[in-house]
Amino acid sequence: MARTLSGAEIVLRTLGDQGVEHIFGYPGGAVLPIYDALFQQNKINHILVRHEQGATHAAEGYARSTGKVGVVLVTSGPGATNAVTGIADALLDSIPLVVITGQVGTALIGSDAFQEADVVGITRPCSKHNYLVRDVNDLARILHEAFYIARSGRPGPVVVDIPKDVQFNLGKYANFSNTGHRTYRPKMQGDKDKIKQAIALMVAAKKPVFYTGGGVINSGQKASNLLRQLVEATGFPITSTLMGLGAFPASDKRWLGMLGMHGTYEANMAMHDCDVMINIGARFDDRITGRLDAFSPDSKKIHIDIDPSSINKTIQVDLPIVGDVAHVLEEMLEQWKTAKLKQEKEALAGWWTEIEGWRKRKSLAYTNASDKIMPQYAIERLFALTRERDTYITTEVGQHQMWAAQYFHFDRPNRWMTSGGLGTMGYGLPAALGVQVAHPKALVIDIAGDASVQMTMQEMSSAVQHNLPIKIFILNNEYMGMVRQWQELLHEERYSHSYTAALPDFVKLAEAYGGHGIRCSDPAELDNKIMEMIESPLPVIFDCRVEKLANCFPMIPSGNAHNEMLFADASKDDIGSAIGEAGKTGV
Amino acid sequence: MTMTTTDEKIESHTLTILVDNEPGVLARVIGLFSGRGYNIESLTVSEISESRELSRITIVTPGTPSFIAKISAQVERLIPVHRVYDLSLREDTIFRELALLKVAGKGENRVEALRLAEAFQADVVDASLEHFVFELRGRSKKITQFIELMKPLGLVNIVRTGVIAVSRGSERM
Ligand SMILES: Cc1ncc(C[n+]2csc(CCOP(=O)(O)OP(=O)(O)O)c2C)c(N)n1
Repeated sequence: MARTLSGAEIVLRTLGDQGVEHIFGYPGGAVLPIYDALFQQNKINHILVRHEQGATHAAEGYARSTGKVGVVLVTSGPGATNAVTGIADALLDSIPLVVITGQVGTALIGSDAFQEADVVGITRPCSKHNYLVRDVNDLARILHEAFYIARSGRPGPVVVDIPKDVQFNLGKYANFSNTGHRTYRPKMQGDKDKIKQAIALMVAAKKPVFYTGGGVINSGQKASNLLRQLVEATGFPITSTLMGLGAFPASDKRWLGMLGMHGTYEANMAMHDCDVMINIGARFDDRITGRLDAFSPDSKKIHIDIDPSSINKTIQVDLPIVGDVAHVLEEMLEQWKTAKLKQEKEALAGWWTEIEGWRKRKSLAYTNASDKIMPQYAIERLFALTRERDTYITTEVGQHQMWAAQYFHFDRPNRWMTSGGLGTMGYGLPAALGVQVAHPKALVIDIAGDASVQMTMQEMSSAVQHNLPIKIFILNNEYMGMVRQWQELLHEERYSHSYTAALPDFVKLAEAYGGHGIRCSDPAELDNKIMEMIESPLPVIFDCRVEKLANCFPMIPSGNAHNEMLFADASKDDIGSAIGEAGKTGV
Repeated sequence: MTMTTTDEKIESHTLTILVDNEPGVLARVIGLFSGRGYNIESLTVSEISESRELSRITIVTPGTPSFIAKISAQVERLIPVHRVYDLSLREDTIFRELALLKVAGKGENRVEALRLAEAFQADVVDASLEHFVFELRGRSKKITQFIELMKPLGLVNIVRTGVIAVSRGSERM
């Protein structure tokens, strides 16, 4: 039944009917009617941030840790442009967001009005879809459609730009939450015949490997459960991208660790030498493939993806299966039951022997020290002291992010929030905020770098305001460590602008915001201080002073193949000769 | 980003794209080309359904077969897009273009221009003692050929619609 409401009321009704409980936002002139409507209700909680980029990352953290759509509300012009980084981030990592932006009145659009920006123009290439709402009577349909598009198929951010007069105008509301879309109908079910061919390849495989990605997480808890069953049933080894960590338990013996640029030796060697690769919800990203023409040269490649445009984008595959991971895995498991008798059991055992050999290389080994904290050790201790708890990890971008991926282990999906595709420094702190909103009792830790964390540090103020006791664990090396590492390896140690000569006193900074600050530089004190952080009821900034010049290994320099890795114990000369000219032009 | 195969031939492809006629849809489609630094040789777009809900976009673009397959999949992924067809993959596609040419001159050149126009079955849609405007329909190649012939005869300007294309037979595309 259609009822007459103001545009602003329609926004809130839609959010209510979509089951939204929390939104992240920042007010301004062009969204005042919506903020007024927010004020007059108490179903939807608004979390006020300190910068619109923070709102988008918080909504991403919320979405990634719950599987729900994250919702953002910002004003026109600078409010919207500040949100662009988070929108682009959500697009590359397939995170469902609905971003509502205010716009100047319809009569003013195109006149360079105060705080006017062409938001649909700016966000067109970095959103899954976007709308400018010109008529209040389209508002309910468009907003419901935005939620549908954001969460279905390959999820992503949808922007809805609402001019101020449309927020005031009276119009009809109807609940469109169950309507589909005229042109957008993602294919969920995989082609049974293709799945049959995949099973035939898997049964005959002598050196198979599962290569899984964020698509498994996006497909939901059920997909993770089915993945476990399929790995169990087949006995195949499994590795995952950065985005897929947690979909399969890291404590399982079939787990090879993460693959790619900073992945383990065994994962990358298995990818390189396999004869059948089963890609489940990953996209052959350049962090994963390394040199394209040397990527897994002898394998038949199966690719399961809900997005048809991911197929054959960078790597030609032999058997594409377009569909939702959970749907496809269910069918695979069913078919495997009858097919498995013909499995190449003996060859598989040989393959495992080979893999165990690579494991013995212990590619994540590092030399610890007693007089200083090694960053790897800090993450290991953080993991050890939090593993029995209900813990969620977010990260910033840099070495600390890779060390977190390598030394913190996840047994469940939706516990690991990181900016993979866009690599956005400043993601982790606000993302932690969003996670904590969704899971108020959980332990939420942002594993941070001293440079990244300063990009969105102001959200500490939001954490204090909303009683969100997030823990910001800074691996403080005083450098933009990852930049410094590349300069060391590729630019003869010319550390151009990668040293932060004037870092703030993070302990005082925490206190200034009303949080708790902790500093530690002695490995002997680390455990106690980590416990102090965990037990604090306040938001905490932990200034963990680590070895400044540590490098993140193993590493496949860009332009190299999977079997051309660098290890922590490589000599300077080996490193110099391992990186070709192609590696210098790569990123 | 690296493209996979390098030994493929670059050829002109004619993509026909059926879209919901909503604001910004053309910009979305074109943005995929411009954002990747790819050129468009010709572009036509018009509403095609009475209810004004559907439009048909025809894009001629050069590319290797794998690039064309990729960009087609990415265009098809856009929310308001119904279908994308590469009509140049079919032998029997009907291609048409329309051009208006203004030719100015006197004496021998003028006679020659008119004679050639007749041979090409171009219509005279405007004329004075000093100029003609010719209208010419046909495949792009024919139009280009006619333009070349008119150049020495006083060609003043050219307007071309860009290619439209349709498959033979009873199917929709
Ligand atoms: C917004 C943004 N700007 C620049 C970069 C490039 N970048 C990648 S890692 C990095 C250094 C990060 O330093 P820090 O946060 O201290 O982490 P560390 O590598 O030292 O662990 C930089 C500048 C980026 N990823 N994001």
